[in-house]
Amino acid sequence: MDFICNFPFFSILLSLFSGTVCSVLPAKAAKIVNRVVILAVGLMSAALLLYLLSTGESFIYWMGHFPAPWGNEIRAGVLEAGMALFFCIIMYLSMAGGAHKLPGEVVESKHNLYYILVNLLLSSLLALVYTNDMFTAYVFVEINTISACGLIMIRQVGRTIEAAVRYMIMSLLGSGLLLFGLCIMYDLTGHLLMSNIKESVELIVANGEYQIPLIVSVALMCTGLCIKSALFPFHAWLPDAYGYSTVSSAAILSSLVSKGYIFLLIKIIYRVIGFSVFNSTRMIDVLFVFGLMGMIFGSLSAIKENDIRRMIAFSSVAQIGYIYMGFGMGTQAGMVASIFHILSHAATKSLLFIAAIGLTDVSGGSRRFADLTGSAYRNKWAGVAFTAGSLSMVGVPLFSGFISKLLFAQAAVQVEGKMLASLIVLGISTVLNAVYFMKTVIRIYTATTETPYEGITFRHMKAYAVTLVFFILLNVILGVSSQPVVNMIGQGLAMFA
Amino acid sequence: MGPNLFANYGEAVSAILFCIGFTNLLLQTNLIKKIIGLNIMDSAIYLFLAEKGYIAGRAAPIVVDGVTSAERYINPIPSGLVLTGIVVSVSVTALMLSLTIRLYTRYHTLDLDEISTQLKREGK
Repeated sequence: MDFICNFPFFSILLSLFSGTVCSVLPAKAAKIVNRVVILAVGLMSAALLLYLLSTGESFIYWMGHFPAPWGNEIRAGVLEAGMALFFCIIMYLSMAGGAHKLPGEVVESKHNLYYILVNLLLSSLLALVYTNDMFTAYVFVEINTISACGLIMIRQVGRTIEAAVRYMIMSLLGSGLLLFGLCIMYDLTGHLLMSNIKESVELIVANGEYQIPLIVSVALMCTGLCIKSALFPFHAWLPDAYGYSTVSSAAILSSLVSKGYIFLLIKIIYRVIGFSVFNSTRMIDVLFVFGLMGMIFGSLSAIKENDIRRMIAFSSVAQIGYIYMGFGMGTQAGMVASIFHILSHAATKSLLFIAAIGLTDVSGGSRRFADLTGSAYRNKWAGVAFTAGSLSMVGVPLFSGFISKLLFAQAAVQVEGKMLASLIVLGISTVLNAVYFMKTVIRIYTATTETPYEGITFRHMKAYAVTLVFFILLNVILGVSSQPVVNMIGQGLAMFA
Repeated sequence: MGPNLFANYGEAVSAILFCIGFTNLLLQTNLIKKIIGLNIMDSAIYLFLAEKGYIAGRAAPIVVDGVTSAERYINPIPSGLVLTGIVVSVSVTALMLSLTIRLYTRYHTLDLDEISTQLKREGK
């Protein structure tokens, strides 16, 4: 086994360990450690991705000295490495883009705690991406929940604490269901490692035994992860949590935390239950219906909103709906579209959150639309970035959002019975997206003379502007050269089997 | 269905307890009652695991008198899972309780709906 196969283990351990180290460091040093760790993990994931692309097959890494049914395992394929790399990029850019706001949002003495939480979050995301063991996945789901809750409530205002409580309640309901489903699965198969469970599930299905417990277990695990990733109608906690936490937290939570759970669900679908067995459980129809409802109702709530950050948060509900609609189609093409949308939404939503903070800063800190009039002239970089993000969300060519909508439409055409529903809802949802995003873009580009607020120039926000440029570039790269990414996703899914 | 249900009454009880805990966590407005619901829910899962790991008539999985045949012992893995699960549920309970204290010192009530109304009145 090559040395590079240690990299998944190193990245999980490095981020976990650096979290502990940050607790004794002063704020500035903790910040540097945090950035270096994210960069190092990103570089390791990139090297691993190149290695896996060259060898063309996934590998299994023993955690300890015991082989399959007994030991704990890590598994890495193209999709896992690519996802880890992408998570690192988004996390680095989100941290960089929100860094200048942190002193105003969090008490100085708690800065190192903030970096502990970010490092823990990174390690739990990596573990969710790489692990091959269901119970390990459950433990890291809980670690992920706890650190995400910390990221919400580290800004101490009434709203964030209430949002953190609501987030915890929904998350705990979700993880309770996940754990119960997992225990039933263990009871049925006698295994905790994904590959072993899958073999036993195939036997169970072939023998025609224990059909009801199997379906119950699948349904419990799916529902648990849906609740945790804020699928409509489980999104009540989301607008407050994203709208009032620190800006880096909002960007990370919306683009990474919910995606970690969704990625775990994809792994469960492919590596635990098996794609064809999952499709025969009718669970996909449930996901499909709730996905479609989320696409419409999330956008409707966003239109009614008068607060720019809560509007972006509600838009996340709609985008999560898209991802579940792709799952619900029950085809390989739908799955590829969903995974591409995970990337596209993560890149766009964090861009929007970071850009929105630049706009509200030059409007006296107010997030109400009336005060935002003309703010794009006061902060040109943020204005351009917000427009780019909005265009991507609406699905204009050149940006990543267009490709994911195209992939969804192509996937929908191949599915009999669900084609009409998905295409109609896709169309309605695009129009609704355009309504609220274009409304905001027009609002920020409406020239106004009688404004009491000062503008800001490039000299005063170099780091922030550079981050925005990187975000836009990421979006455009995903939008322009999507074919290699789509091929990679297909290759990764093939490795899952 | 009937005889199976009777033979596995432990699992049936744990499923009922899970539902009780789940409903409490979801529907109670009092935060402390919610946390009690959380603990009932988690304990129900541990009961389920313990029931599944135990095999009547066998001994604890510790080798004594040199008997190494697996037929003599119960399955030790569910017990290990229960231990891990307890650690997780203790930490989330602690976090929930600390959040509850924060909210109580700020709003002098444990009622989550009441807190939401107060927040709306503040209008922030």
